[in-house]
Amino acid sequence: MNDYIGLVFIFIGVLFDLFGCIGLLRLPDMYNRLQAATKCVTLGTCGIMFGIFLMQGFNEIGVKALVAVPLIFITSPTAAHALARGAHIAGVRLWQKSVCDRYEDDKKHMGKEKPAP
Amino acid sequence: MNMDQIILGCVAALVVICFMCLYRAWRGPTVADRMVAIDILGILVVGFCALWAVYTERGFLMDIALAWLLLSFIGTITLAKYLGGQQLDE
Repeated sequence: MNDYIGLVFIFIGVLFDLFGCIGLLRLPDMYNRLQAATKCVTLGTCGIMFGIFLMQGFNEIGVKALVAVPLIFITSPTAAHALARGAHIAGVRLWQKSVCDRYEDDKKHMGKEKPAP
Repeated sequence: MNMDQIILGCVAALVVICFMCLYRAWRGPTVADRMVAIDILGILVVGFCALWAVYTERGFLMDIALAWLLLSFIGTITLAKYLGGQQLDE
């Protein structure tokens, strides 16, 4: 029974990975691509890992898959946040139809960030 | 349909997804697009290694997956700091 529940989790995870990479290919802007791909791929890979844990149980593969779930949940959004901040400081343009840019306003008002190198 | 065949199909789908990601890393208009693609590719390879470990029943592939996850995180943080024109300790 656990095998079939694990297979459902793995299948949902692969589907989320597919949607994330379609977003990575199709969206117009670096920031849009970053948010689409990061959210979908984080949840998808966590689904794959949790499905593997349900299939394998507490053996060598399953425990390592269970350890990988919180690691992915912590490291992937942190890396995406640092990447978006670095790209904004480096001067990567937003899409021309974007409506607001709060970080640019913050940089103007605070004056603490270094300008673009 | 056998369970191993379903897992092998998921592995093949992940390989196709990895090549979609590599297309973005190849054609990305800016450097930041390529970095996003490489970051996403690192997480995808973790899932690929885990599914391959289940398919072949070899435990050491899970060690490779965990090491790849942490190295991908450190590499992305380093490249993001470099892109922002900062040092690593600020």
